[in-house]
Amino acid sequence: MNGIHDMGGMHGFGPIPREANEPVFHAGWERRMFAIALATFARRIFNVDEFRRAIEQIPPADYLRSSYYERWMRAFIALLQEKNIASAEEIESASRQALGGGAAGPLSAPRTTAATPPAAIGAARPRAHRRVPARFKPGDRVIARNLNSEHHTRLPRYARGRRGVIRRDWGVFILPDSHAHGGAIDLCHCYSVEFDSRELWGDEHPAGESVLLDLWEPYLESAAAKRGAASASGKRRTTKPAVGRRRLAKP
Amino acid sequence: MSDHDHRDHNEPESGPALRVKAIESLLVEKGLVDPAALDAIVDHYENKVGPRIGARVVARAWIDPRFRRRLLADAVAAIAELGIPSGPEGEHLMVVENTPEVHNLIVCTLCSCYPWPVLGLPPTWYKSFAYRSRAVSDPRGVLREFGVELDPGVEIRVWDSSAELRYMVLPLRPAGTEKLSEGELAGLVTRDAMIGTAVVKYPPDTAARAAERD
Repeated sequence: MNGIHDMGGMHGFGPIPREANEPVFHAGWERRMFAIALATFARRIFNVDEFRRAIEQIPPADYLRSSYYERWMRAFIALLQEKNIASAEEIESASRQALGGGAAGPLSAPRTTAATPPAAIGAARPRAHRRVPARFKPGDRVIARNLNSEHHTRLPRYARGRRGVIRRDWGVFILPDSHAHGGAIDLCHCYSVEFDSRELWGDEHPAGESVLLDLWEPYLESAAAKRGAASASGKRRTTKPAVGRRRLAKP
Repeated sequence: MSDHDHRDHNEPESGPALRVKAIESLLVEKGLVDPAALDAIVDHYENKVGPRIGARVVARAWIDPRFRRRLLADAVAAIAELGIPSGPEGEHLMVVENTPEVHNLIVCTLCSCYPWPVLGLPPTWYKSFAYRSRAVSDPRGVLREFGVELDPGVEIRVWDSSAELRYMVLPLRPAGTEKLSEGELAGLVTRDAMIGTAVVKYPPDTAARAAERD
């Protein structure tokens, strides 16, 4: 999705705001929002890619106006509705109740012991120990594909169409693009890819800088294959990325 | 901490405060979250994790070259040796080493991915649009804003955390610290140095440390 969240290389956001003696959270509701989101990830009501996708779907003007945890809150409310956990009416009514001081929920609820250590709660997503063939190896020259899907992706715009070099193969991970929309498990290799900053930002850019991105195999094509195909027919050869697929059972 | 509790209770119920309260009530009612578990999560991220953990790792790597090699090869296994558990946003931790020739900088342009188990939750500046937008395209300008002027010959590598890998910088050990203990060394290491927007100084730069104390 070519969204406002994809900020790498943008201008105009001004100086970096730094705060002395910054607390971990700036308000009580931020603490609760953070914890609610983590606890919900652990329940697998939705996955972290769906959560990121929901943040990216916040209209751009609202995204820019909202604070970090306000964006979490908006995305979270959208997902509660999408997953039929709570309707808009229920959320409205609970908000009215909260306004009336009816601390029906959190404050008066019976306290039970947390069974899981808090350090273990979150959106754990281990590397998949599954054999999927790797198309690339360290040292291979690649081009980040010029993909412009309206769906979630972790291929930033600034790298699309740019040439890089595979530095490492991190192993097999879930492709976020499909996982963010319905929870499909597409497994493929993810690589550390180094891009020279002049390739990304132009010849005027100072030398001696590079950006390393972690990119899933379907985001990449071989620079050699592309050159060969272009000279042979003038058309890009499409090669099917190696993806192992299985579907998650609906929660 | 108590300052904030106090402020929270006195601040008028703002839009987000109400909404979040409503969400929590609903989820508790539906049996999907347990308020005590939420308290424990908050306590963990507010009080148990933070950059002091990363600083311990750095100090150990400075004094023990074999540990340093293991840390660079497999950070999750190496920090486990120090009794530091992994966790969300740290299952695939990678430590990148600064050298006299190479300076590393960590960012997440698409959201705000950050190595929670070793650095805690990120500061607001790391999540800011200004940092997310410029770290990849103008790292030297960003570093200057943080008061770091690198020699023009030093290569900069910016790690944009676009997948499941989470990064931490192993900063250069400052000169003159040969006689310091491991604990004293850890005390020099700042959060920003482990993100790559600062270098570790000795004697420590007290103004900079006050500005980022957490």
